[in-house]
Amino acid sequence: MGQASTAETYLKIENVWKAFGDFYALKDISLEVRRSEFVCFLGPSGCGKTTLLRAIAGLDIQTTGSVFQDGQDISALPPSERDFGIVFQSYALFPNLTVEKNIAFGLENSGIARPDIEKRVAELLELVGLPEQAKKYPAQLSGGQQQRIALARAIAMSPGLLLLDEPLSALDAKVRVHLRHEVKDLQRKLGVTTIMVTHDQEEALAMADRIVVMNHGVIEQVGSPTDVYREPVSLFVADFIGETNQLDCEAGMKGKGIRVGKQTLASAPHTHTDGQQVIAVIRPEDIIPHGDGARSTGAPEEISEPGNTVETTVDEMEFLGSFWRTRLSSPDLGTGQIVADFSVNAVRRMEIQVGGRMRIEIPSQRLKVFAATAEPEK
Amino acid sequence: MSSTDALGPNVSADSRIKPKLGSDDWIMRGYMIVLAVYLVVALALPLYAMLSKAFETSRFDLAQFEVQVSDESGAFNQPAATLKQLNDKSNFVAEGDLATSSDGRLALTNFFPDFSFRSPVKYRLRGLDDNAVYLVGSERFAGTKPAEFDSNTFRKVVIRPIQSHGLANFATYFSTPALFQSIQNSVFIALVSTVITVTLAFGFAYALCRSCMPFKGVFRIIAMAPILVPSLLPGIALVYLFGNQGFLKQFLMGESIYGPIGIVVGSVFFTFPHAMIIILIALSISDARLYEAAVSLRASKWRTFWTVTIPGARYGLISAAFVVFNLVITDFGLPKVIGGQYNMLAVDIYKQVIGQQNFQMGAVVSVVLLIPALIAYVVDRLVQRKQVALLSARSVVYQPKPSRRFDLSCLAYCALVALFIISILGICQYAALVKFWPYDLSLGLSNYDFDRMDGGGWAAYRNSIMLGLMTAVIGTVIVFTGAYMVEKTKGFTRGRASFQFLAMLPMAIPGMVLGLAYIFFFNNPANPLNFIYGTMAILVICTVTHFYTVSHLTAVTALKQIDGEFEPVAASLKQPFYRLFSRVTVPVCLPAILDIMIYLFVNAMTTVSAVVFLYSSKTTLASVAVLNMDDAGDIAPAAAMGMMIFYTNVAARLVHAVVSRYVLGKTQGWRQR
Ligand SMILES: Nc1ncnc2c1ncn2[C@@H]1O[C@H](COP(=O)(O)OP(=O)(O)OP(=O)(O)O)[C@@H](O)[C@H]1O
Ligand SMILES: [Mg+2]
Repeated sequence: MGQASTAETYLKIENVWKAFGDFYALKDISLEVRRSEFVCFLGPSGCGKTTLLRAIAGLDIQTTGSVFQDGQDISALPPSERDFGIVFQSYALFPNLTVEKNIAFGLENSGIARPDIEKRVAELLELVGLPEQAKKYPAQLSGGQQQRIALARAIAMSPGLLLLDEPLSALDAKVRVHLRHEVKDLQRKLGVTTIMVTHDQEEALAMADRIVVMNHGVIEQVGSPTDVYREPVSLFVADFIGETNQLDCEAGMKGKGIRVGKQTLASAPHTHTDGQQVIAVIRPEDIIPHGDGARSTGAPEEISEPGNTVETTVDEMEFLGSFWRTRLSSPDLGTGQIVADFSVNAVRRMEIQVGGRMRIEIPSQRLKVFAATAEPEK
Repeated sequence: MSSTDALGPNVSADSRIKPKLGSDDWIMRGYMIVLAVYLVVALALPLYAMLSKAFETSRFDLAQFEVQVSDESGAFNQPAATLKQLNDKSNFVAEGDLATSSDGRLALTNFFPDFSFRSPVKYRLRGLDDNAVYLVGSERFAGTKPAEFDSNTFRKVVIRPIQSHGLANFATYFSTPALFQSIQNSVFIALVSTVITVTLAFGFAYALCRSCMPFKGVFRIIAMAPILVPSLLPGIALVYLFGNQGFLKQFLMGESIYGPIGIVVGSVFFTFPHAMIIILIALSISDARLYEAAVSLRASKWRTFWTVTIPGARYGLISAAFVVFNLVITDFGLPKVIGGQYNMLAVDIYKQVIGQQNFQMGAVVSVVLLIPALIAYVVDRLVQRKQVALLSARSVVYQPKPSRRFDLSCLAYCALVALFIISILGICQYAALVKFWPYDLSLGLSNYDFDRMDGGGWAAYRNSIMLGLMTAVIGTVIVFTGAYMVEKTKGFTRGRASFQFLAMLPMAIPGMVLGLAYIFFFNNPANPLNFIYGTMAILVICTVTHFYTVSHLTAVTALKQIDGEFEPVAASLKQPFYRLFSRVTVPVCLPAILDIMIYLFVNAMTTVSAVVFLYSSKTTLASVAVLNMDDAGDIAPAAAMGMMIFYTNVAARLVHAVVSRYVLGKTQGWRQR
């Protein structure tokens, strides 16, 4: 992760609950964020991401539980006594003030001399890449530009913590992807501890050092993007992040595999007893193609786990530029289809085509098994 | 879900986080409480004083006192007797006369027919309980201590009534046909005026909204003109047109303009703009797609009108109806001027208080008047809420298509209505300039020599402008900051809800009721605020309070349109809320703030009902002067003064337009892209 040197905890959330009347929007949330880390809260709409962010900012203080920032207990402090900068989805730029006045809003009243303020504003505008826009009003800027100004305003006072609530989701797709990198670069340059709320998994995967996956007011998993992507701890996480194939099946092989249709497949180790209804999950890109042997011209691919192969028929193929999305079916796996992503190269080499038959290999370590309830209890 | 909720934390009182309030929170809550106290003092307490007055009865309790009379030598040989025993024997004071007002006094000599102040006879008086109160001259005595008086002093002894609470005053009210007839009259007039006004206003709004006729802007301005004059001005115009010397008198075919006809016509005039604007908004937000659907279904125009237009505007129509009803039933100026012998509730309050000095009965009539006003208010609020819901779901704006016949009939109709409004104003202006109606029709300015008339003269006009300016400035500050606190304070739910309630209340209170309530509250010598009675300050407070609600709603609407995240951002930048307020909130809301100012100014210039009880000889007002000059028979000067108010308001509106434009250009450059 490359953050080893600054691995000390900066923000600590302990057993936070938040009630709105009878409804708990946050249930026993505990979390630690390291100094200079970029953390994303990721989850579906209504799962409590904003609520948690607002509790951290002190805007809607939690019902019970504590928040520590830099060793200090800030649980009950009003926002004005906490140390953070914030950017909202709506930008919340003051419409009647020019860009520079917006950025200088916090600086002006804090005993900084006017020339220094001007210098700082110019520096910040430079930093967000909008040095020419100082005299304009927010309404004269594009959405992406406005969001950058909001960002500049939030970091103007060099806060210890930067909070971003879906900062990019009001922007169109291109600008969004572009800004992702800028925000991330900026964060790295400043080394400011940052929490960003998003419901866009791609955004979270691309930007975060660590992702906090939330659902129904609880944290499902905390981990690096590769962790949550490759080692989801629950069906929810597996399903929510990235594409998955889900196979309804029975647990088998004493916690080392599954039975699906007539076939037994080895899987990553799990804790379910044989015969229990489970759901096995495999990502499309983890499926390894092997030609049908008869037709492929080259030497047959080496099959590393001969027991974990399935004979399939190619039902559909869709060219998505850098790879082929293929839908496969197999009587051995029951009624459903399996989606697999194959490289352009592999498809050409193995002459995979619609209607053809092919053998696929399912790497056991990539086949994850979860209990068959959709909502894991916590 | 339930299984997880069952895991809810053991929320004991000490594990619950108690948010620490920042200095902003303290200031905002503190300020909100200050404003709430203001509203309590300016509204709730006076109303309470009035209500308790209405339910309070005073009665002389003769069983409270015992008198013993000496013989001529001063020896007390006769046994003592209570006044009740004396009265039961000879009925000196009729049973009905024992009911009195809270100021009532009853002389003891009433009970001694052979009393002479020269006689050497002495009297020994004793109260029988601690509440027995009597006065000797102006000195007050209470309790059971006996006292002895010679005859000369005894004639100055009066007893005071005891107070109790109950419905006795209402019993008196309803057993006085002359009084409760007014209920029927008021409701009748209000209903008739409502039907006529809403119908006329609907046609007008419909033409403005759905036709392609020319001069729409001009018509709109003319339709709004009645707002700029006191409600009694159309009464004066009607007197000139149809009164005893009116040149159109024969049109009434023997009916008198003084009475229901005059009140209804005048009411239609002064309520027209209120109804028109409400309906216009309702019509302009209804969805054009419904019309397109109707056209595609080949529905006839008539059918479309009844199935699309009317239902779409129903909330507007209902709201307009209740607003008009409320305005008419609570109006005082117009029936005072043109009502003749036809009694209306609002005028009854005035007559009871000013004419007969019977404050208690004034309070009773006020309570009676409060009931329909409250109902109309509640219905209007409910309907408005629905309309707002409709508004947020709205979509496509209707674009009328030209149609020669329809547009021409709309034009003709609007021209007629406009003619009505202009002629009412025109006749007032003409009458004001004519030297001696109807004998000498040459023009001159003699009627403007207000200083020669009763009513306050030009000073009244200057006072009105002063009142208008002070109300506009002070009122806007109070209203806008109050609305800001309600909208932007965090937590403190109950405090905010109470404030909101207080802010909405004034709209439900008729002006006459408010004014009378002020008398009860502020004219009480025991009230430490008694000193503002009879000053300009009480007029300003009363007027701000009277027109609080509409201003408050304007401010709230403007504030709701501001991004709710500004406060969090400012807090994160360690900026106090008042810096955000002055740098951002106020500039962004400036158009709404100016609207509130002009609203308060215009209303302060035209209002009569509340202030008619509160002005003093140093603080006479133009609108009250119109009333008083009319009352004194100086009708032409009254018309002249009324038109002065009109021109002043027109000028104020022009200034408002110019300032708005200038300010918008200067501070709101950001609005244009
Ligand atoms: N002030 C409030 N009063 C009552 N319920 C609330 C309040 N604020 C949030 N909630 C509820 O709490 C839950 C979490 O809301 P929150 O805004 O944190 O969701 P979110 O994860 O940010 O969703 P989104 O992606 O839609 O922004 C929701 O079910 C919401 O309805
Ligand atoms: Mg959210």
